[in-house]
Amino acid sequence: MTPLLQVDHLTRHFGLGQGVVKALDGVSLTLEAGQILGVVGESGSGKSTLARIVMGLDRPTAGSVSIAGRDIFAMSPRDLRRARRDFQMVFQDPYGSLDPRHRVGRIIAEPLHLDPDAPKGAARRDLIGSLLQGVGLEPAAQDRFPHEFSGGQRQRIAIARALITRPRLLVADEATSALDLTVQRQILDLVLKLRAEHGIAVLFITHNLGVVDEICDSVAVMKDGRIVETGPMRQVMDSPADEYTRRLLAAEPRLDVIGRKARRHPT
Amino acid sequence: MSRWHISLILGGVITVLVAGAALVSRIWTPADPTAMDIMARLQAPNAAHWFGTDQIGRDVLSIIMAGAWTSLGIAVVATAIGGALGTLLGVTAAARGGRTERLVMSLNGVLFAFPPILSAILLGALLGPGAVTAITAIGCFMVPVFARISRAAAIQNWARDYIAAARMAGKSDARITAEHVLPNIMPQIIVQLAIQTGLAILSEAGLSFLGMGVSPPTPSWGRMLSESQTFLGSAPHLVLAPGLAIAITVLGLNLLGDGLRDLTDPRRGQRA
Repeated sequence: MTPLLQVDHLTRHFGLGQGVVKALDGVSLTLEAGQILGVVGESGSGKSTLARIVMGLDRPTAGSVSIAGRDIFAMSPRDLRRARRDFQMVFQDPYGSLDPRHRVGRIIAEPLHLDPDAPKGAARRDLIGSLLQGVGLEPAAQDRFPHEFSGGQRQRIAIARALITRPRLLVADEATSALDLTVQRQILDLVLKLRAEHGIAVLFITHNLGVVDEICDSVAVMKDGRIVETGPMRQVMDSPADEYTRRLLAAEPRLDVIGRKARRHPT
Repeated sequence: MSRWHISLILGGVITVLVAGAALVSRIWTPADPTAMDIMARLQAPNAAHWFGTDQIGRDVLSIIMAGAWTSLGIAVVATAIGGALGTLLGVTAAARGGRTERLVMSLNGVLFAFPPILSAILLGALLGPGAVTAITAIGCFMVPVFARISRAAAIQNWARDYIAAARMAGKSDARITAEHVLPNIMPQIIVQLAIQTGLAILSEAGLSFLGMGVSPPTPSWGRMLSESQTFLGSAPHLVLAPGLAIAITVLGLNLLGDGLRDLTDPRRGQRA
């Protein structure tokens, strides 16, 4: 069976000649339906470039990205638009990813532009309301503006937007990094719930190994545009093979431990 | 009360008063601004003529009010046309990038090299003096100003994640510009509209002063200044009235623009 997401020898160079920066240097990875793959690395390791290319927001210098077996850069613009319903993204900054001048309902409905048969009027309101409930907000929130919500609530709105076309792949680029620990916890629980309910696959990009420990099935460790180690989550976390992964694990402050214990052993 | 508050209120009040006087002049002025009364020429301000009378006995207050309509009308129309064209060019350059952007910016440079006075002289030679010449000359000067500001603001906007989200929703550059970029840069454009209208008033006065604005008998502040030059010693009110009208209107529009800019500045809260 073809994997849901197949990234093959992806390379992205910025600039020309002497000053060329290799943001991605031959990255390959696969993600099966319903799985959560964590991509970890420091700032500047190429994680965000990877996310943007997988989402078709930027083009690779070389290599390919296939979603459900189809190369998204070989598609016609029309086919790509149709295919986009299958993959959506949640961004890092919940303050920058929602247009401050649009109401929440309009923000969440934006990806429906991809679907000519999308519901209109009252049916659309109902759909947005049920999505808001699905991410733990009131349906009436759709009539308000983003500035009336906290960072965590905004990130829930961004997730609702990403889910409206019922995608099979969700890319989360540092989606919890801008949030405080309890809110991070809630968003991670929401991601796990969505996976359980919809079988959605998640490419979870983060610099936080604690987050990986929480929700990922497998991990890819990135450094300087390359993947230095990849494997099932427990294997990589407990017995890292690569020297860089070991250093990364040793450097991790593990601030999340308190929150996790509280959840796993309720008293 | 903070500084922007004072600018905004004072600027708003002056602008509303001048615009009000211009509108009222369409239906009522204290006297007919074109009615001559040679017996009452060159009177200093008095109870019958608050701003005095001019060299052929017309009521100066009435001419100032009617002139407000001309000056403000030409300034507003020129700024609106120049602002709309310039903003359209700026956001297009920001959306397309590459060759389109370079073309727009070079075109801007060329337009900007012509001060309104020079364009008005060139246009005046072709079309003759008048409102159309003045509006075209001033409007051309406004285009690059708005193109530059809207391009810079739009480029900042294009880097935001909500634009990436709109692209994920398959929206075209034009649609993203209309739905996301324009509404978000509108505050900066509105601020600039106020400031540039002030500049346009000055340009219009300059053009009329040089005889390239509206033709007589349509009243105009700039032409009042040029016609009253020779009476500077004997009847200074003739120069003071249009001079102050221009200065106060420009001041009002600039204060309004400053106040609006500070009002829309996201860092305003921290500065108070």
